[in-house]
Amino acid sequence: MASTIRVRATASGDTTEVQALIQHPMDSGFVKNAKGELIPPHFIQQVVIEHGGKPVFIADWGPAVSKDPYLKFAFKGGKKGDDLKISWTDNKGASDTLTAKIQ
Amino acid sequence: MNGSIWSGVTRRAVLQGLGTVAVVGLAGIRFDLTEAFAAVNDKYPEDAFKAKSEADAIKSLYGKTAEKSDKVKLDAPEIAENGAVVPIAVSASLPDVTSIAILVTENPNTLAAAYRILPGTAPSVSNRLKMAKTSNVIAVVEAGGKLYSATKEVKVTVGGCGG
Repeated sequence: MASTIRVRATASGDTTEVQALIQHPMDSGFVKNAKGELIPPHFIQQVVIEHGGKPVFIADWGPAVSKDPYLKFAFKGGKKGDDLKISWTDNKGASDTLTAKIQ
Repeated sequence: MNGSIWSGVTRRAVLQGLGTVAVVGLAGIRFDLTEAFAAVNDKYPEDAFKAKSEADAIKSLYGKTAEKSDKVKLDAPEIAENGAVVPIAVSASLPDVTSIAILVTENPNTLAAAYRILPGTAPSVSNRLKMAKTSNVIAVVEAGGKLYSATKEVKVTVGGCGG
């Protein structure tokens, strides 16, 4: 199965820049469907990014984060070839994890 | 009384018993600590995301109030044509940043996203948020245990939260 997570992590010197795109509807619970019924909230609540078994960045999200969320940040200590693990969980208990190599 | 309790029990058995208690006890404490640590680290701030005002959300998230600071940089468009996707970036030129939160005051729930900046991670984040209508966007940065904020108004042409 194709992952819902796409990530690009590039090391430059001591700093690794991480850009991640996650496929998710991020339904806010305020939008109605074509029949006029409210679409129930369905959104990612937490994204954890780990390097070397330790979290480097944790995102807590509400339903106001856009559909197919995008995230960019940078951390120190990563090297080319290191594993970077990204996991998310949503308000319905679904989750996905991807481990990518730092480039 | 005392003598009769101890008489049938060998010293070895007593010691073994104590040993078991100690191991179980320590394991219990260790488990509790791990759990407490995990709870502090990973807990999703449910109440903060339900808050209707920025003051309530900031209080729920950090338990204190923020002061305005020009060291917090909030990058957001003047005008967002599509409220469903508004690119917003926050960075801070402050030492010891531990958290960055972004709030949209006119959204049904003000808190949009909260990021935990762990040691070694740069105090900077970019994301895309939904905005119901023209609103102030507030960036809150926690650094050295204090809160700093920056605010910018973003005009929204087409709202991205309701139908």
